[in-house]
Amino acid sequence: MGSLLLRGMIAGLIAGILAFGFAKVFGEPQVDRAIGFEEQVAKAKGEPEEPEIVSRDVQASIGLFTGVAVVGTAMGGLFALAFAFVNGRVTHLSPRTTTVIIAILGFIAIYLVPNLKYPANPPSVGSPDTIGYRTQLYFGMIVFSLAALAIAISAARQFATNLGAWNGAFIGIGIYIVLTSLAGYMLPSINEVPEGFPADLLWKFRVASFGIQTILWAAMGIIFGILLERLSAKPAR
Amino acid sequence: MINSSVLQGSALPVIPLRQILPWALFGGLLFLLAMYFIGVEEGAMAVFNGSYVHEFVHDGRHLLGFPCH
Repeated sequence: MGSLLLRGMIAGLIAGILAFGFAKVFGEPQVDRAIGFEEQVAKAKGEPEEPEIVSRDVQASIGLFTGVAVVGTAMGGLFALAFAFVNGRVTHLSPRTTTVIIAILGFIAIYLVPNLKYPANPPSVGSPDTIGYRTQLYFGMIVFSLAALAIAISAARQFATNLGAWNGAFIGIGIYIVLTSLAGYMLPSINEVPEGFPADLLWKFRVASFGIQTILWAAMGIIFGILLERLSAKPAR
Repeated sequence: MINSSVLQGSALPVIPLRQILPWALFGGLLFLLAMYFIGVEEGAMAVFNGSYVHEFVHDGRHLLGFPCH
């Protein structure tokens, strides 16, 4: 278990480094533009300039790297724990196949679906007063989405024994879509985009965030699979 | 869930739950704590006073999709 966890963390760290590269090139320009907008608005209102506690250069380099790398490593560790639990119990596949499946499902359930409801926001979008409320809703949506995934998988397995793997999988996907749509419909929507905020900037920022998470999950699944393949006695070719 | 000879290959031995549990508790807690500091600390909740942690990981927090301001 220890070596499994270590491999997960290594995979996560490498994935984090790759995601950092993408974030640096595609994400940082949007963050800079958004901060520029924020400062313009503050100036127009006659508010005093905010003191810079950490310089923009540090935020955009070591700060960004630390953030993405730590989250990547932690996600890799949790990924390894999920693998240890699922392997041989829920799936009986090669390590590589299992890690790719976990990566796809994890990406959908933890990032993609919660972000359809509560998308990533650049600086200056989102009021400081509602940060606690928004954080609760966001993590609530993630928890709900994971629960829906667990229900969908267990239902899919049960139906698969009678109706075949394909039909079971379709039923599972249907259940997941219905449950998460219901949650998305019932939970309150949040729109705190300030007036005059450039639409293309918001779009580009969210695409960059999507890209970062895609790289993070994809690289983690693939690299972890490769590292595990070496662990097993007879490597699959 | 899915069984196919092409995808099966060699499987890793199943790790008993009793062996996973202590790692899951300790590791899981540690990992969640790490994500908390990157994602939430000094935003929605705060262990430390001030905003250094928040400002330091600011860009990563926004770009990873955590709620921020």
